Amino acid sequence: MVNIKKPRSQVWLLAVTTALLALLFASQSADFLTLGNLYDLVNNYAMLLILACGLFIVLISGGVDISFPAITIIAQYVMVTLLMRVGGNFLVAFLIAGGVGMVLGLVNAVLVNRLRVPSIIITISTLNIFYGLLLYLSKGVWLYQYPSWFEGGLVLMNFNVGGDDYPIGLPIITLLVVLVVTGVLMRSTRIGRQIYAMGGNREAASRLGFSIFRLQLFVYGFMGLLAGVAGVVQSYTVMTVAPDSLLGYELTVLAAVVLGGTSIVGGRGTLTGTVLGVVLLAILQNGLNLLGISSYWHTVITGLVIVVSISATAWSQRSKVEVLS
Amino acid sequence: MSAAKIKDHVEHYLLLLIAVVIVVFSLQIPGVFWSSANFQSVASQMPVLGVLAFAMAITMLTGGINLSIIATTNCCALVMAWVATHLAPSIGSAVLMLLAGCGMAVLIGSLNGALIALIRVSPILATLGMMTLLKGVTILWSKGSAISNFPEYVLWLNHSSWLGIPLPLFLFAAVALVLWVVLERSPLGRRIYLIGSNPRAAHYSGINTPRTLIWVYVISSLLCVVAALLMMSKLNSAKAAYGESYLLTSILAAVLGGINPDGGFGRIVGMVLALVLLQLLESGLNIMGVSSYLTMALWGGLLLAFLFLKGARLPFLPTGGR
Repeated sequence: MVNIKKPRSQVWLLAVTTALLALLFASQSADFLTLGNLYDLVNNYAMLLILACGLFIVLISGGVDISFPAITIIAQYVMVTLLMRVGGNFLVAFLIAGGVGMVLGLVNAVLVNRLRVPSIIITISTLNIFYGLLLYLSKGVWLYQYPSWFEGGLVLMNFNVGGDDYPIGLPIITLLVVLVVTGVLMRSTRIGRQIYAMGGNREAASRLGFSIFRLQLFVYGFMGLLAGVAGVVQSYTVMTVAPDSLLGYELTVLAAVVLGGTSIVGGRGTLTGTVLGVVLLAILQNGLNLLGISSYWHTVITGLVIVVSISATAWSQRSKVEVLS
Repeated sequence: MSAAKIKDHVEHYLLLLIAVVIVVFSLQIPGVFWSSANFQSVASQMPVLGVLAFAMAITMLTGGINLSIIATTNCCALVMAWVATHLAPSIGSAVLMLLAGCGMAVLIGSLNGALIALIRVSPILATLGMMTLLKGVTILWSKGSAISNFPEYVLWLNHSSWLGIPLPLFLFAAVALVLWVVLERSPLGRRIYLIGSNPRAAHYSGINTPRTLIWVYVISSLLCVVAALLMMSKLNSAKAAYGESYLLTSILAAVLGGINPDGGFGRIVGMVLALVLLQLLESGLNIMGVSSYLTMALWGGLLLAFLFLKGARLPFLPTGGR
């Protein structure tokens, strides 16, 4: 079977590229392979990876969702406002943000299912609606006020290495939970395999008796849920809610996921690839920073990596496509 | 052809909506809505969005998409701005400026087209990558700052008018006319529609699909040069990060105008109607003091409502298939 063998070789290619890049940066900068830097890296890119997990599932199902940055900000806004008014704890925070996110995700699912136009068009519309309404209702005001327990933080374990503290805090815990849940879901549950089937051949999946609508509800709902969860993590890291802070972020996440070899037409891709895609982007940006390369170069190099990588993928699959068409 | 009926259907809805909008605004804000100031504001805003929406639409007709239109526009604008500010103003430097802009556009368009048609990268990804790359190159090259203070021959476009109608509107009309001829009266147009509705049939009927696709992306980039010129003239500066909100709006405008995102269907007439509708709405709501954020949400809602109406199977109309 082609679609099992192909992504594997691509994941290997990606892993080797990432490792070579890491070696290059490590040899050029003494700061790169320090525990402190890697620790910061994981904390800073936790949100990107959480969102990438959600988008990964949407892409596997054969759809695209680009409305999630708006969902993240709305979830943050509602969460912080409610927490300031009624109080709560981190569980409540996750429930509120995740709940808001899931509801908005379900709205996307219903629209995608009923209107029968490509999901990119639907989610562009909902992105406009969500963002527009948020900015209108919030008047673009930033939120800085957090409950004191939220600012106090959440630490599970504290590692002390060489005199420095490395607390395993909320971003890392959340990230691990999301990764495990997504991995188990897509690898070893019935619904995960159904999502792969729907992305690979929707008509066949439908004739096998899978409810397309229910799967879409699940996929977009899960994306919304993770967008809300990512909102809590980002809120925790930056301690502000800025309504316009994530504009354009949807394309960064999309780039990371497709860099990981997930097919944009659905049915093909692995979570390992997605993780590696995010890691590659993170290492690239971090390493360039450490090498003192002007930030003007970052976007150029990121763009080049994306173009070369997607071209390589497309080229390797080209001969098969040509036989078909 | 049943497709023709569906298209008329779209344009009727748009005309109806425009009529409703005009009636409502005439009643709500009678004096201002019919003022020449309102007309001027519509006339100065429609051309940029309109040309960018065309640049998006022509790729959507082939079943593709061009996410790099804004980056292309800014890149061409910077190239033209560099030429315009480094050469003494003359007819020669104006021509050179246009040539430089078009050269850049042809380069970008062929790269996009080659990625999509020859290497077979999906259009979303190819143009997304191109967008990031172009943005990086323009930021690197301009160091993120703006180039401004253009010579008179650039600014002239924006502040002159003919028969009381601003020149940009004429430029927009000319572009629309040329595109209409290309799409509906030329062999290239036939090929574009055929590739959009059935690429395999197009291939078997002897159409050189890759060449046509490359042409489409080159035309899309050339339309961005027109948008770049309009923006330079209006803002008197060029920068790597201008106009980013136009990206999603131009997709909205194209789909609202009846362009089928799967390719194959959609006409220039519908798009022009959609652009008129959007600009009348924006300008009218703006006069009434409605927040621009709410307008943004409204545009999204309008598109969804429109897709719903289009998808609804009215009992007396032939069904659209699919």
